[in-house]
Amino acid sequence: MRTLTINDRPVEVDADPETPLLWVLRDHLGMTGTKFGCGKALCGACTVHVDGTPMRSCSLPLAAVAGRKIATIEGLSKDRGHPVQRAWIELDVPQCGYCQSGQIMSAVALLTQTKNPTDADIDAAMAGNICRCGTYARIRAAIHRAAELTRNGQ
Amino acid sequence: MSPPEARHVAASGRPEETGRRDFLRGAARLGGGLVLALVLPACAPKRAASGMRGASAGGTGGQVNAWLKIAGDNTITVLVDRSEMGQGVYTALPTLLAEELEVPLAKIRIEAAPVGDAYINVGNGGQVTGTSNSVSDAWDKLRLAGARARTMLISAGADVWGVAPAECHAEAGTVVNARGESLTYGQLAEAAAKLPVPKDVPLKPAAKFALIGRSLPRLDTPDKCNGSAEFGIDVRRPGMLYATLAQSPVLGGSAKEFDDSAAAALPGVRKILQTPTGVVVVADHFWQAVKARDALKISWHAAAETTALDDVAIRSRLHKTLATDPGKAARSEGDVAGALRTAASLHAATYELPLLAHATMEPMNCTADVTAEGCDLYVGTQVQQMAQAAAAEAAGLPPERVRVHTTLLGGGFGRRLEIDFIPAAVAASKAVGVPVQLIWTREDDMTHDYYRPPAAIRLDAGFDTSHKLVAWRFHSVSPSITARFAPDTPDPFDSVVEGAANTPYAVPNLSVNYTRQEIGLGVGYMRSVSHAINCFAIESFMDELAHAAGRDPLSFRLELLDQKPRHRRVLQAAADLAGWGQAPAGHHLGLALMEGYTTVIAQVAQISIEQGALKIHKISCAVDCGQMVNPKIVESQISGGIVFGLSTALWGEINVAGGQVRQQNFNTYRVVRHNEMPEIVVQLLDSTEPPGGIGEPSVALVAPALGNAIFAATGQRIRALPLAAQKFVKIA
Repeated sequence: MRTLTINDRPVEVDADPETPLLWVLRDHLGMTGTKFGCGKALCGACTVHVDGTPMRSCSLPLAAVAGRKIATIEGLSKDRGHPVQRAWIELDVPQCGYCQSGQIMSAVALLTQTKNPTDADIDAAMAGNICRCGTYARIRAAIHRAAELTRNGQ
Repeated sequence: MSPPEARHVAASGRPEETGRRDFLRGAARLGGGLVLALVLPACAPKRAASGMRGASAGGTGGQVNAWLKIAGDNTITVLVDRSEMGQGVYTALPTLLAEELEVPLAKIRIEAAPVGDAYINVGNGGQVTGTSNSVSDAWDKLRLAGARARTMLISAGADVWGVAPAECHAEAGTVVNARGESLTYGQLAEAAAKLPVPKDVPLKPAAKFALIGRSLPRLDTPDKCNGSAEFGIDVRRPGMLYATLAQSPVLGGSAKEFDDSAAAALPGVRKILQTPTGVVVVADHFWQAVKARDALKISWHAAAETTALDDVAIRSRLHKTLATDPGKAARSEGDVAGALRTAASLHAATYELPLLAHATMEPMNCTADVTAEGCDLYVGTQVQQMAQAAAAEAAGLPPERVRVHTTLLGGGFGRRLEIDFIPAAVAASKAVGVPVQLIWTREDDMTHDYYRPPAAIRLDAGFDTSHKLVAWRFHSVSPSITARFAPDTPDPFDSVVEGAANTPYAVPNLSVNYTRQEIGLGVGYMRSVSHAINCFAIESFMDELAHAAGRDPLSFRLELLDQKPRHRRVLQAAADLAGWGQAPAGHHLGLALMEGYTTVIAQVAQISIEQGALKIHKISCAVDCGQMVNPKIVESQISGGIVFGLSTALWGEINVAGGQVRQQNFNTYRVVRHNEMPEIVVQLLDSTEPPGGIGEPSVALVAPALGNAIFAATGQRIRALPLAAQKFVKIA
């Protein structure tokens, strides 16, 4: 039994320590917002925050995250009220939507580090998140919009 | 992503009968010869007669027609019979119904329709989401459904008040009478559902549209921003186990024998079973199933000819056939051979395209719950009836006892027109007696796709002495997708000559031929299907001809489109948008035009070559897709299709060696990322034409536009894809 902190709550998990965090979240804890895309940290669909840093949960064994603070898409807000979520909704960013949890978690991490990112900052921070529907331009616009909402204290 | 689309589209936009029948026959065959039983369980809900007419104010609601349920609490649910895979049908289709029902779009809730006759997509010959025709299929049907429901609700309200229906009207989900009294739809639905369905209900003229044509927010957006949207892989059923499938590394092979002693001893493993598609491992958790699968020792059997298959063999089959077989004519006008013989000058070129994988973000998966009574199937599918038939066969049940619950699709692109990931999930659930979710890994997904067919295409053209184009011969060679779905098809062409047989360019002597050449691998429909294959060749060749004639590629095309004002307008709009003829110093433009899915579209690529490497600055695109339901969704589909086309143009290639696919994941099957995006500008032209397809057309033009821009910059002609595999192209 290992104790994780997920979205500020302690959670007990009984799983093989090699189990990737992605499957602990999805199968053991029923938190399906974090997605399986590639299993090799190549696509970003499984992005979560570990101690505030965006990481690919498909390639992080449970043993490596015990005792660390994990944040997932489910913990961003209760009412889709996080500025990044609001910007995403305002701009209707998703198409199929499958990659968007990962995109949003990468964007939140970027905006935590860099309040007003440039396009180059966005390219660098988001290059690990693939979207096959091609929503990239709206993601870029939504990140700028989220920065603006935060700047204006909205 | 199109199922067997009829090649010949009548003026009404309705494909001919043949394609539809073929698709159903193919569907039945894939279901193991089962006759598809098309049942509609929910269309006309049975309920006890509930007393007197008009006593329903405060009623319990009801299902008014196949697409509409109204609950007593005024919750309005639209059953959407097309699969939502990002293209926006969960918004566009309800918009059509809501327009006539007189309810705000935001009030509508969505439910995926079950399998049913009412939900058949006539143009696709089944309950199929494909061919970019969801809106054109629904355009009249769902508006009429909304108008009829509104009429019935008004009649029910008039009955309650004892007044004539003409004295009442519908307004924002209520029926209002002349005295200003109102009843909600929820109060009236139960009574309304029992009224006869009115026949001739007039539909609103476009000028009166309140919802159609507006960029209203998508209904599926909020749940896609907090992780709550349910894709197939997110289905959770009580007591559910997880499974994975070991498939033959050589395509088409099967397990001869296997040793599961090590695997069966691993933690969490519940069952290991052989099925027709491979060896299934069922475990408490997916990761345990994957670990156990790795521990299986399987000896595979595969056909010797497949095991010998590689890229060289595939190419050589196509090119040999191209050189030796004239093909069958899909279109023939004038005397092409004669015109080529007497032409003042000739031009010829051969183009080739590789196999491609769909690579949806959500890998293939399926959840099945088989009991003695029936089977519940939870799956992201584009083909509900075929999914039902496949599950029925695997479960040993009649199709009507399989209930298909369509989830959101984490990308479709035509991959989910296939049902190959369904039977093993059903077999596993049947074997363990509880629900089972079977997931393919990314590697499974990429190495066991039904790939976009490769093709070899030769074009010949002749000019007369005044440099007028007088002969055009198109001949493509590729394996047939349709023949796999519908082996008895009498039509050898189907979608394979789309974009070619309907070329808008006027050439007096013209022929379009196709030769079917199988390659020993299953091929499938992929977004834009043969448009993306044929238009690469046609639009690149058109550029070659313009240069051969010493003409500007834009004016050369415009001249050949003399009788096609719609195409001229779109092409000119794209050229204007891109600043044709005014590229900044060091930048170069290439253009391409197509009609596909009854949409007319043109693109211009703007590039430069920086230190020997290709830099793509901008893709400009103009579209006439007829009347639009939601322009913002249209724009997102057009621009998203460009990104999809860009990935395939730059890097898309599946390589085969020893009958196995070499690409395994996104490191070797590269797709465009944030930092690799050019600027994309889309102009949607006002149009009164019937609604055309928007999900697929834009994919097809990226490669030829880029190739033509590269020629403008370097004088090097791109005749094969992907660009990254061409020796002189480096990608910045």
